[in-house]
Amino acid sequence: MSTETRPQPGYIPRDRAWQPPALAPAYKTSITRSPQQALLSFPTTLSEESGPVFGHSILGSQDSNLLQNFAADGASAIGPRILVYGQVRDQSGQGVPDALIEVWQANAGGRYRHQKETYIAPLDPNFGGCGRCFTDDRGYYEFRSVHPGAYPWPNSENSWRPAHIHFSVFGPAFAQRLITQMYFEGDPLIWECPIVTAIPSRQGIESLIARLDLDATLPMDSIAYRFDITLRGRQQTYFENRTEGL
Amino acid sequence: MSQTPKTLNESPSQTAGPYVHIGCTPNFGGIDGVYVEDPGSRLINEETRGERITIKGCVYDGTGAPLTDALIEIWQADAAGLYSSPEESRGQVDPNFSGWGRSPGDMETGEFSFESVRPGAVPYPDGRMQAPHITFWIVARGINIGLHTRMYFDDEEAANAADPILASIAHRQRVDTMIAKCDSEGAYRFDIHLQGEHETIFFDM
Repeated sequence: MSTETRPQPGYIPRDRAWQPPALAPAYKTSITRSPQQALLSFPTTLSEESGPVFGHSILGSQDSNLLQNFAADGASAIGPRILVYGQVRDQSGQGVPDALIEVWQANAGGRYRHQKETYIAPLDPNFGGCGRCFTDDRGYYEFRSVHPGAYPWPNSENSWRPAHIHFSVFGPAFAQRLITQMYFEGDPLIWECPIVTAIPSRQGIESLIARLDLDATLPMDSIAYRFDITLRGRQQTYFENRTEGL
Repeated sequence: MSQTPKTLNESPSQTAGPYVHIGCTPNFGGIDGVYVEDPGSRLINEETRGERITIKGCVYDGTGAPLTDALIEIWQADAAGLYSSPEESRGQVDPNFSGWGRSPGDMETGEFSFESVRPGAVPYPDGRMQAPHITFWIVARGINIGLHTRMYFDDEEAANAADPILASIAHRQRVDTMIAKCDSEGAYRFDIHLQGEHETIFFDM
């Protein structure tokens, strides 16, 4: 049997003290949905270091434009127009090209287009709330949308989610798979939200807050926010002459 | 061995929330006409090589109720044990196999479903072979960070016995939580329990 040489070392383990814990009791739904046993730790294998490849041909021309991709001809979604952009990089700081990003969000009134949604704010007939794109060769992405509204949710008698956009991100390795949420600079609801504050550190929370970026604004059209995303990276330490059975 | 340079922190995870369908399976969620089809809805086509299998299951919370707002993704090798990924250097993967699937649980029953092929064995970093397995990733409202696990096959006893990951599990009675049960030929049941007596083994890798 030939020796399988690993072209690169495995992925850096997730920092579980930096990530939100499974159980965050103030976020009540986590109480019955959080594993209680210790996680099984092992170094990544090919099964985790490989990951799906998506052809750019899946994209429609308006997929990254939530202002238009559900709108009738000649119409556009209602609400403050925003451009959201940023870089997907790995933990070494390298841009991740061809990463598929999927986003979803409430409309400008805080209402989602979903069968189970019950909030009284109205649907916008020209807003679906989903979009997707690939990062470019330097890891950059860009979406057009409306600023989502805050909305109430049944966690306590007066819980409000800060305005946010959900992000689903694929890196080249399935071990990097990530779903997170982007918040908006200056929103006071961020610090009141038990989903957000499940993140242990202020620095961690701040890394999910998009910054107003007037330099990237589209004049007379859309205000811009920058949101960078960091995916897991490979171990930098090389184990040379790694052989079978080590 | 070189010095480890400073690394960035990974972006913190946040729950997918109750409306993950909007972004990940919009057609299933009732948003028609934006995407031609929901990503990951098909792993195979008529030309795909290998034994056809179906996998069905539910994700259960700590009260025993099935989650009706979860999203389940799978990632697996083809029938020859090759991944459809640039990381694969051992051969040419079946061009008619994507390896990646995504299923929303049914909005009433919570049952997820995949049609695929039985994966071949893939090597562990030290060269030993891993038993045929399928990687699972589960997100939902109330899950702050996506849960990784694997599904193995109950009719692969010899391969399972030699699998390095399964062998590393100290609590032997929990090994069964990662093994799908064959209901009838090619039809497997793989239920996932987030808590309780049958809590599935989840990974930190």
